[in-house]
Amino acid sequence: MATGQLFSRTTQSLFYNYKQLPIQRMLDFDFLCGRETPSVAGIINPGAEGFQKLFFGQEEIAIPVHSAIEAACAAHPTADIFINFASFRSAAASSMAALKQPTIRVVAIIAEGVPESDTKQLIAYARANNKVVIGPATVGGIQAGAFKIGDTAGTIDNIVSCKLYRPGSVGFVSKSGGMSNELYNTIARVTDGIYEGIAIGGDVFPGSTLSDHVLRFNNIPQVKMIVVLGELGGRDEYSLVDALKQGKVNKPVVAWVSGTCARLFKSEVQFGHAGAKSGGEMESAQAKNQALKDAGAVVPTSFEALENSIKETFEKLVEEGKITPVKEVKPPQIPEDLNTAIKSGKVRAPTHIISTISDDRGEEPCYAGVPMSSIVEQGYGVGDVISLLWFKRSLPRYCTHFIEICVMLCADHGPCVSGAHNTIVTARAGKDLVSSLVSGLLTIGPRFGGAIDDAARYFKDAYDRGLSPYEFVENMKKKGIRVPGIGHRIKRGDNRDKRVELLQRFARTHFPSVKYMEYAVQVETYTLSKANNLVLNVDGAIGSLFLDLLAGSGMFTKQEIDEIVEIGYLNGLFVLARTIGLIGHTFDQKRLKQPLYRHPWEDVLYTK
Amino acid sequence: MARKKIREYDSKRLLKEHFKRLSGYELPIKSAQVTDSSNFNELAEKESWLSSDKLVVKPDMLFGKRGKSGLVALNLDFAQVAAFVKERLGKEVEMGGCLGPITTFIIEPFIPHNEEFYLNIVSERLGCSISFSECGGIEIEENWDKVKTIFVPTGVSLTPELSAPLVAILPLEIKGEIEEFIKVVFTLFQDLDFTFLEMNPFTLVNGKPYPLDMRGELDDTAAFKNFKKWGDIEFPLPFGRVMSATESFIHGLDEKTSASLKFTVLNPKGRIWTMVAGGGASVIYADTVGDLGYASELGNYAEYSGAPNEEEVLQYARVVIDCATADPDGKRRALVIGGGIANFTDVAATFNGIIRALKEKESKLKAARISIYVRRGGPNYQKGLAKMRALGEEIGIPIEVYGPEATMTGICKQAIECITAAA
Repeated sequence: MATGQLFSRTTQSLFYNYKQLPIQRMLDFDFLCGRETPSVAGIINPGAEGFQKLFFGQEEIAIPVHSAIEAACAAHPTADIFINFASFRSAAASSMAALKQPTIRVVAIIAEGVPESDTKQLIAYARANNKVVIGPATVGGIQAGAFKIGDTAGTIDNIVSCKLYRPGSVGFVSKSGGMSNELYNTIARVTDGIYEGIAIGGDVFPGSTLSDHVLRFNNIPQVKMIVVLGELGGRDEYSLVDALKQGKVNKPVVAWVSGTCARLFKSEVQFGHAGAKSGGEMESAQAKNQALKDAGAVVPTSFEALENSIKETFEKLVEEGKITPVKEVKPPQIPEDLNTAIKSGKVRAPTHIISTISDDRGEEPCYAGVPMSSIVEQGYGVGDVISLLWFKRSLPRYCTHFIEICVMLCADHGPCVSGAHNTIVTARAGKDLVSSLVSGLLTIGPRFGGAIDDAARYFKDAYDRGLSPYEFVENMKKKGIRVPGIGHRIKRGDNRDKRVELLQRFARTHFPSVKYMEYAVQVETYTLSKANNLVLNVDGAIGSLFLDLLAGSGMFTKQEIDEIVEIGYLNGLFVLARTIGLIGHTFDQKRLKQPLYRHPWEDVLYTK
Repeated sequence: MARKKIREYDSKRLLKEHFKRLSGYELPIKSAQVTDSSNFNELAEKESWLSSDKLVVKPDMLFGKRGKSGLVALNLDFAQVAAFVKERLGKEVEMGGCLGPITTFIIEPFIPHNEEFYLNIVSERLGCSISFSECGGIEIEENWDKVKTIFVPTGVSLTPELSAPLVAILPLEIKGEIEEFIKVVFTLFQDLDFTFLEMNPFTLVNGKPYPLDMRGELDDTAAFKNFKKWGDIEFPLPFGRVMSATESFIHGLDEKTSASLKFTVLNPKGRIWTMVAGGGASVIYADTVGDLGYASELGNYAEYSGAPNEEEVLQYARVVIDCATADPDGKRRALVIGGGIANFTDVAATFNGIIRALKEKESKLKAARISIYVRRGGPNYQKGLAKMRALGEEIGIPIEVYGPEATMTGICKQAIECITAAA
């Protein structure tokens, strides 16, 4: 390791495993520092390619997304920092792949819980190839005014108050990511601020060590003093002790090793960090603090006194004239994100979509206010779900049962009807499920399947106006309209449609009133007197009975009923039901591996 | 998280199972585990050697020096072993200043032997060190100058050249066997993500190595790779560390979440209780109370980090508050809700969970005369702190609230002033 600066104002990185927030925070920091180029050159998101839109100041920029590390490195040969946000399971493999790229110099690993043996492989490779690993289990690091890794230093407010947008004179290194941010704040209070800060991570074997970075800071001319925050457990601090003793560090070092409290615990304790374990005496905070002090570091008596030690050390450097005063700059204002501004109540914005039937924002999705768990636990059926999502209310069981019967009755009507035929032809043309399904669905209309709504409309209108069946039928005839819901290709007056009978029987047993259906039956009696095939068909039965359901359940106002009929809810019932059959036909054809359908010449009348 | 000690029984189980896979040769290791749920008759049926062989029995509790402490019994038959265990199971012993009950024993065949070898492998930052001595056993420390150590850098395989110094002075007729044994054990060490392995001693039975005593540590972060290989592995608590109901509840929460939730009671009658965000900061808060001379009043060590969700924080805070408010004695107490300046944890969101818990426990907090001291910074901290201040007024409990403008540990001093002020 050793050598000097890792980052500069032009450093660019590749970001592995897309995370919107840390990248945006990096770009906001860039803008704050007045960088001309964004610090993230490219994003690697396994399995995805394209661009990610992010803000660079006021402007939106598109950052390229690559699916592989090699491709990203080839596309961005000047990006030499690899910021790895992979999970602990995949962090080691992706970090090794990155280290092997000739363009990558530094790899920062955020994940906590990377196996020790994997990290050791990374350490060995990095040492042999003169590369730097920061982490695992870290937030990263920052060079003030130049470059920042991921979430380091937290919010913009904090970066501004710690003056991290411009370089100071202090090099800082700690194990803890959380404490590094705290110390940026402390250091800004009593010195001219951070030049560079690194959190090496809390693991037993971090990729780079406290002493690695201290020796590096020693080589950076702008760093005038070094602050180290160590922790009990491990022996890393002793390599710093050795370096100090050997005179390898010629800048003042203020150091504190936390964990003096470990003596309070009777048995071995694992603290928050993996490496923070009360082991032997050598690894205790007390022993390490003493050793650092003996080696010439400024070691306070407690963490509380650390701030003052930093202050005194800095003031001494100022007195000695070793600190060049920092030119203060006023960082630009970062435009606030709309979301944050709305959250804090500063602005309001109109919505573009309104929705009233369902809500997926809470612990579990709700249909018309009823949570999914109640729907399942209370044994609701498809009819209940339809009633919640279409009518926004829980209808009585007989109503939802009726809806379910309608769906079952209309689910399919054989392969020869035009919808199923279209689906079969499309499926045999090798198209996918959705294409096959919709080609069948698109057939539904006034001539195929669309009669339920019309039946309901005309029966309702006639009944509500008090027309006798004779007047109704004859009026329609005059207008040249066939009465919807009446007539069947095969069924006759003496051989009724079984489905109609079933619906009627169910309604007579369960519905409080079946006045619309009785009216439809009267109409049928009249039409049968004209021709034997003018029976009430299933469309007419459903249409009229649905009117009875709406009117008889007492759960809809007259206005609501008009609206339901007007919008065409009942056609929805047919579309929904028939979808089941059309999907079945698609699967059937695919399973049978049917070839492309071609209509035979013999079946076409070619004529002029 | 991190390096975990495993029982001798498990060390030997892993050694036996995987030695065969890696070398094709099966070590004739036999061992049985006894806990308070064991049935001696069933055990004897399953492991027939227990009834036929002379046996050794010893506690399997992650502490050493068992021979020197008179806790090892040799050359017993199974009935004598049962009597030995019965007499000691559940009884407290003191080992290295830690008091705790013995809950687990290991039983093995009694193997009379002359040679005692020492083998130790430790994972280090840049590789592994392997130590070996032909003078192992309980006198190892007296014979430390006879221990030979080699270092195998990461990625380098253990060649005969590398291992030569370990076995150089062994008699020719056993040298090859032991060299091969060390090589396989080292491969196994790496293959199973051991971080520490020690056999002191192992001996030779019919010319083949046989570990008599074994210690092991695994890297539990590698569990996701080793589920199958490790099998039903147990990571017992360090000896003497008995978890209270509250501690094991939090331990259970911690195991289930991706966040980190730690809770250790130091002194149930302590008057300063902490609930601190962050692995680094939590240690420093405990340090500070100690530095100020009030270590004896520190009730607990507690850390939450890694962005736990509101529900997890709520459950966690309930436990801390329950412990802090137990057995009111009329004297003042302090609860320190501390933390550094977060990098990315949403302070307002985590505080929501704490605030809900504080509201629930209002009467308990009042009964225990608790004052609350809060210090935190980070994303959304203004909102979080404002909610805390409002809570104080709402439930009428003294709450002092500070942000990043104050030093991190300043509230420790205030907490101490609070509990020492004249009641």
